[in-house]
Amino acid sequence: MSCDDKVDCGRRRLLVATAAAGGVAGVAVAVPFVASMLPSERAKAAGAPVEVDISKLAPGEMMTVEWRGKPVWVINRTKEQLESLPKIDGQLADPKSAKNMQPDYARNETRSIKPNILVAVGICTHLGCSPSEKFKTGTESGIAADWPGGFFCPCHGSTFDLAGRVYKGKPAPDNLEIPPHMYLGDAKILIGEDKKA
Amino acid sequence: MSKMNAILQGTLSWVDERFPLTTLWKDHLAEYYAPKNFNFWYFFGSLAMLVLVIQIVTGILLTMHFKPDASLNASGVPVAFASVEYIMRDVPWGWLIRYMHSTGASAFFAVVYLHMFRGMLYGSYRKPRELIWIFGMIIFLALMAEAFFGYLLPWGQMSFWGAQVIVNLFSAIPFIGPDLSLWLRGDYVVGDATLNRFFAFHVIAVPMVLLGLVAAHLIALHEVGSNNPDGVEIKKKKDANGVPLDGIPFHPYYTVKDIVGVVVFLMVFSVILFFMPEFGGYFLEYNNFFPADPLVTPLHIAPVWYFTPYYSILRAVTYPLFGIDAKFWGVVAMGASTLIIALLPWLDRSPVKSIRYRGPLYKGFLTAFIASFLILGYLGMLGPTPVRTIVAQICSVIYFAFFLLMPIYSSLDKCQPEPDRVTSK
Repeated sequence: MSCDDKVDCGRRRLLVATAAAGGVAGVAVAVPFVASMLPSERAKAAGAPVEVDISKLAPGEMMTVEWRGKPVWVINRTKEQLESLPKIDGQLADPKSAKNMQPDYARNETRSIKPNILVAVGICTHLGCSPSEKFKTGTESGIAADWPGGFFCPCHGSTFDLAGRVYKGKPAPDNLEIPPHMYLGDAKILIGEDKKA
Repeated sequence: MSKMNAILQGTLSWVDERFPLTTLWKDHLAEYYAPKNFNFWYFFGSLAMLVLVIQIVTGILLTMHFKPDASLNASGVPVAFASVEYIMRDVPWGWLIRYMHSTGASAFFAVVYLHMFRGMLYGSYRKPRELIWIFGMIIFLALMAEAFFGYLLPWGQMSFWGAQVIVNLFSAIPFIGPDLSLWLRGDYVVGDATLNRFFAFHVIAVPMVLLGLVAAHLIALHEVGSNNPDGVEIKKKKDANGVPLDGIPFHPYYTVKDIVGVVVFLMVFSVILFFMPEFGGYFLEYNNFFPADPLVTPLHIAPVWYFTPYYSILRAVTYPLFGIDAKFWGVVAMGASTLIIALLPWLDRSPVKSIRYRGPLYKGFLTAFIASFLILGYLGMLGPTPVRTIVAQICSVIYFAFFLLMPIYSSLDKCQPEPDRVTSK
């Protein structure tokens, strides 16, 4: 800043200092304003684990339960369905579940603890729609002649296999999320918690 | 009688000494000179203002009965959804006010799209009107935000899943995305917190911004003066008093002309309002008559018609690039498809402004652009199939080519000479 006869440098300095202090105070006030839009303590506290009874879930059937406001699917896969899983590895984006979309105990071919029972968050990893089940195989599914059964997202057309693994060349980037879960008994699953016994 | 006049005159000068009422009146109406050759395309600006007024008045009345509450009432229906049903069935004339507001939303976009297209036809965005165009584009973005926030409020299935998808768009941004969408929602899922804040945005925040922007749009327009279908500056030829030779006072000439436009518009508006308020599912989607269910996405989900072209572009991107997911690039393409329109003043290198004097190259590109925009809009209403995705990809390329190649083809084009003054038949 150049000082000449016409500018009172003392006053100019005071002016700049005042404006800077005022600016800092203004920005500081924005912090509580912005933070007030974050999830409240009540929203954070919600989301207790959910217990599911799967004793009546026959092979080939699926049930949906709500956990933290999201749909969680529990699917009892048939033998044929399980056998179809490794055959389509080449068409999938992440067949080996390399990305962290599941707890370590579900990082396997079936993405599950028990091979036949899949527990997955039914929310498409693209933009959060809930895909619909397309268990019918082949042309009957309306998807493809070699469709082995899986899920189809109505929003943007992403497809997932029966282990929630996403197909290549689809808008969804990741496999479906596998929530933390554990077996409380033979036919009881606790979703949302996985304390090692 | 003359005593009466004297009292009125006295009152007016009392006001004028304290507030520039007469000056404002003259500057913006009685002595604002608009080109004399406006055609019907010039109705849509004033119609947009009319629809804005309709939306504000009906919106205020609706807030008196609507409850932004996602909790379930005694009969297990979300309170917000039930309050809209209450407005439709129990509030006196509530159905009329609600349908005016929902039809008004679609009418707003119809009018604004035509208004923007007029600007493209006659080069209204060209120098010295770049800022008018920029303000207009921000108005358009604010309008999209306003429509999106408003669409969540009835808390139907499409409300819920539409909001879910759009908020999740932000999560595609690398690093900050997931936290940003969490902050926007105010909860881990679209819920009561989201509904309440969207209500606040819809009734207070965005309307205030909109009104300010409309004022800026008009102040900028009245500073430089209106363009016209010939795209020539009327201010270049003025008479002895400094009045443009081809200009006529906005009031009474265009106020009266615009009233004709308003009457025709209200006729169309009323037909829709009274006989087809849902407009076959295009203005109010059928799935929105089901209360929001966080566990089930409707089998067919599509945004309202005015968002479908951009939605198609979002879906059309299916390839990852530079190691980043296709999801992110889809969001980028969708954002770019709306923002790129704002760059028109700098992309257009044509020596003439109006379509009347442009050459075949521009006309060809404009036709292809309009066709791709309409096809994208149509595809956005349908479910995705492999063939439709390819068509959408081709149309997206045409859409962007219109803008990105414009500096080349607009300067190569064989234009006709502009006339000295406006023409009229």
